[in-house]
Amino acid sequence: MAIESLQRDGFLTTRLDEVIKWARKNSLWPMPMGISCCAIEMMATASPRFDISRFGSEVMRFTPRQCDVMIVAGTVNYKMARVVRKIYDQMPEPKWVISMGACASSGGMFRSYAVVQGIDQFIPVDVFVAGCPPRPENLLHALMDLQKKIQGEASMGRGRGLPIYIPENPEPAIKAQPA
Amino acid sequence: MNNGQILDKLKGRYPESIIGSDEFRGDLTVNVRKDDIVRVGEFLRSDPDLSFDLIVDACGVDMYRPEERFEVVYNIYSLKNKRYIRLKVRVGEEDPTVPTVTGVWPGANWHERETWDMFGIKFAGHPDLRRLYMPEEFEHHPLRKDFPLMGIPDSLPLPRR
Repeated sequence: MAIESLQRDGFLTTRLDEVIKWARKNSLWPMPMGISCCAIEMMATASPRFDISRFGSEVMRFTPRQCDVMIVAGTVNYKMARVVRKIYDQMPEPKWVISMGACASSGGMFRSYAVVQGIDQFIPVDVFVAGCPPRPENLLHALMDLQKKIQGEASMGRGRGLPIYIPENPEPAIKAQPA
Repeated sequence: MNNGQILDKLKGRYPESIIGSDEFRGDLTVNVRKDDIVRVGEFLRSDPDLSFDLIVDACGVDMYRPEERFEVVYNIYSLKNKRYIRLKVRVGEEDPTVPTVTGVWPGANWHERETWDMFGIKFAGHPDLRRLYMPEEFEHHPLRKDFPLMGIPDSLPLPRR
């Protein structure tokens, strides 16, 4: 409908909020936090075969200052947790986190004194990805879920202290007003 | 040189330092008195016939018994003779201190640091006895048998969320 009015009249009306969110979700630059074998699948996701650039996320930056989403791909032990947290702190707002694979999400097979049993213990996680390691399709699915989440939440004035979980049936952002 | 000749030579030089020996499938193991490990090692390395010049590994074992609880195992290789020898030293729990062999084989440096980190065995005279794996401020030794698998709660701080 909006496109039709754009073609017919040369302009469209929408909310600024929606435009900002639309821009953000389609250019999520990842911080590749590749710390074990999941990183290989993450690299495959960037390859032409799976082509993460279809979702505007091909610009992997190795400095946190230019990143929007941190993909934690691998086992995080207690010593590494400080590093992950520091890099997360250096990323500018707004920022999101994808916890890729069993290890990052729950410690995975490393049920041991040295491995953090889930990175949500020290950083807020937006999307958890299952798999050991996850297939590239699964990571892309997580990215699409994150895009949906970004489109569904407010663009500004949002505290990042607590993680926001996607409910099974998310409520629409704009509710129909009774006549 | 075969294992018997190596053992004879070692026993001939330091009869009181060698507590026992064992051979299993061609591998010679020699139990050495704790305080003599440095001079036995020095002899093994510098003797032109033996020439055990490469330390392959040094590690700890927790036998979890009342006396002489820990064991330090050194795997030494002779590039000249293409032979291995394994040295074992036993040490008690009250004062788990073994003289360092970094002066004999500098390669033992990190192996001894790992053994200190994991078992809490100190190496007297080690140039840089810091933990190798665990954070500096960690107070326990994870590969001891009485250390719980999932660790001790709050012993490893996480960054604040």
